[in-house]
Amino acid sequence: MAKMNYGKRKADLERRSVTGPDGEVFEVDPMKNYFCEAPPKVYKPSPLTPLEKFYNWCRAESIYILGFGTGCGAIEMRPLMSPMYDAYRYGVHWRPTPRQSTVFVIGGYASVKTIKRIIRSYEQMPGPKYVLAVCSCTINGGMYWDSYNTINRLDHYIPVDVYVTGCMPRPEALLDSVETLKKRIKEGRAEGQNKYAENFEWYKANQKQIIKDWDMPDYNW
Amino acid sequence: MEFKYINILYAAITIFVTINYGLLLQGIIGKIYARVGKRVGIRIYQPWINIIRQWVTRSSIHHGIMYYLGPVFRFTGGGGILIFLPVIYGAPLFSSFVGTGDLLLVLYFMFIGTLGMALGGGEAGHPYSAIAVTRGLSQVTAAEVPLVLAIFSLTIQYGTMDIMKIVEAQQGSVLNWTLFTNPLATAAAMLAFLGSMMRSPFDVVLAPQEIPIGPPTEYQSQFLAMLMTNRTIFPVAKTVFYVTLFFGGIPLYDSFLLTFAVFFLKTFLVYMWSVFVGVSFPRFRVEQSIRFFLKWPLLIGAAAVIAAQIRY
Amino acid sequence: MEKVIENVQKKFSLSEVTSAHGYFITCEKKDAVSLVTYLKNVEGFKHLVLITAVDWIKDNKFQLTYLLNNPQMKKELGVRTYIERSVWPEESVMDSAHHLWPAAKTYQRELHEMFGIDFPDSPEVNEPLILEYWDDIPPYRKDFDTKQYSEDTYFPREGRETDDPATYMKEMLYPFEGEKNV
Repeated sequence: MAKMNYGKRKADLERRSVTGPDGEVFEVDPMKNYFCEAPPKVYKPSPLTPLEKFYNWCRAESIYILGFGTGCGAIEMRPLMSPMYDAYRYGVHWRPTPRQSTVFVIGGYASVKTIKRIIRSYEQMPGPKYVLAVCSCTINGGMYWDSYNTINRLDHYIPVDVYVTGCMPRPEALLDSVETLKKRIKEGRAEGQNKYAENFEWYKANQKQIIKDWDMPDYNW
Repeated sequence: MEFKYINILYAAITIFVTINYGLLLQGIIGKIYARVGKRVGIRIYQPWINIIRQWVTRSSIHHGIMYYLGPVFRFTGGGGILIFLPVIYGAPLFSSFVGTGDLLLVLYFMFIGTLGMALGGGEAGHPYSAIAVTRGLSQVTAAEVPLVLAIFSLTIQYGTMDIMKIVEAQQGSVLNWTLFTNPLATAAAMLAFLGSMMRSPFDVVLAPQEIPIGPPTEYQSQFLAMLMTNRTIFPVAKTVFYVTLFFGGIPLYDSFLLTFAVFFLKTFLVYMWSVFVGVSFPRFRVEQSIRFFLKWPLLIGAAAVIAAQIRY
Repeated sequence: MEKVIENVQKKFSLSEVTSAHGYFITCEKKDAVSLVTYLKNVEGFKHLVLITAVDWIKDNKFQLTYLLNNPQMKKELGVRTYIERSVWPEESVMDSAHHLWPAAKTYQRELHEMFGIDFPDSPEVNEPLILEYWDDIPPYRKDFDTKQYSEDTYFPREGRETDDPATYMKEMLYPFEGEKNV
């Protein structure tokens, strides 16, 4: 019979009382203390249309990409920083923490273990946030379509703004997708954050269906 | 100096102008960095877009009171230096609260931002913040030592702690600058300058390759926008401080253009000193940078104090 | 290398010795760990390259392979052994080799997770390595239908066309030879 120690990490997250180094006993509730629990909200665009247009222009022209390589396609992101492609001239920057980035590039196949981290990072990003899904694997599973551990459709777990096809796409394709994303943001159509908040139940149900060790709160904000 | 309400408006205008000037400098330096690496580089107006984009972020979270106060402390540090300095000597618009505080106050403002970040980053609870705060505080403390020695030397030389009088003494000829009257103190201070500009080789605090972004790891949305605003003010305030103390200040000429040209040239060249060192040298570890500061800059600073004591 | 195998044959009973694609020797299950210990301590195969398993479902056996490397001779030697293949949820049991190489611990964790082969003495063998909360047949077993599992779990996109590689090659790339073979 299988006897994997699966309950260990969940036990770490239970409410318990801990004795400190000087004998003091205090209550610890990791779910409350370590995470911010705030359900995602729907943010209405500013009622002043020209102002909102200007904001959207700013959002489009200043893109902070989360430096989280989730699959093999992430390797195509690196040449963009090099003198050959130089994405900085299009207003693309890289930030090392989800708290400070606006665009999440899912580079290729996402295994179940990775999608858990993707969801956490995605939910930690402040809005408005956008997702670029690179490679065939995020669209229909690609060459891992019948794998036991790789998701087939990314848009069942987080909202996706722009897909880039190819296995793998060239860095030029990635740059072009950034331009497409800019166009969408300027038109006000890239409202992935609101879509996520509106269909939150559906997304959570899908996520929980595949992530069996759900050892985090429902909202990671 | 008596208090006037109009000075508050003047201070606000000073800070606003400095923000724009700092963003311009950021754009230019980003461009220079890119050209050194044979890239096209960012657009000159990119920093403005970044900062506006950051201010209009939709959602944000917070971790507690100190988390709010961290950016405020930081901003106080940058803005405080600025309003107590004669940014342009002789122009009331750009020297709003000069005379109400002396050198020691400005020195304190230089440090308070780092302390604020320590408290705010600590409240955020991210382990990388704590590591970076430890590194940052130890490095800034080490870099302050030669600077403080250089300022001791200046106070002995000029016999006062009043910034206004120090600037006054440097007017007239280029040879009246502290650079020529007290070169040892200038050398020590310029080496200390490198340590607090957050550029290579002393940027291990923010090193993105090691610890994501350092103390502001958890900061996002408007909190980060506040910090970004401060990051544009602080280098300018610091360069103005150095120009005021060591390079004759920025006197007010009859022509606006000439004044601005002198202001631009002086601050830009002092700023570029850290940029040139930054693009040429690799990063120090914390203990290496502390050893660096506590060796030659410290000795030069001590020598400056002794020399000033003997001479004046 | 032949000398090493002769030395081994004097001490252990080997059922099969091949040298077609590298040297592989096959021993009984109870001898496997002592044979590996002997190779490490006496013959100088100090480096463990990998431990892996093959599922021979028709023979109802797992084949375990210990691939060893001798840095002095610059030669590699594979030690094979067959263990009984249990029907899930029963786990097959094998002796652990973690006391010889610390790295063996990780391979044994992987085998436990992916094939359901238990190594009772190995440290942390019950900790999950890659799969988190897997509750099905271990996925590397041949009786686990990975395509079916993927279709059931991961929302396959409709309209996807797939070609069986064998027929595709016959039809598209070698139509002439395909006709001949059929």
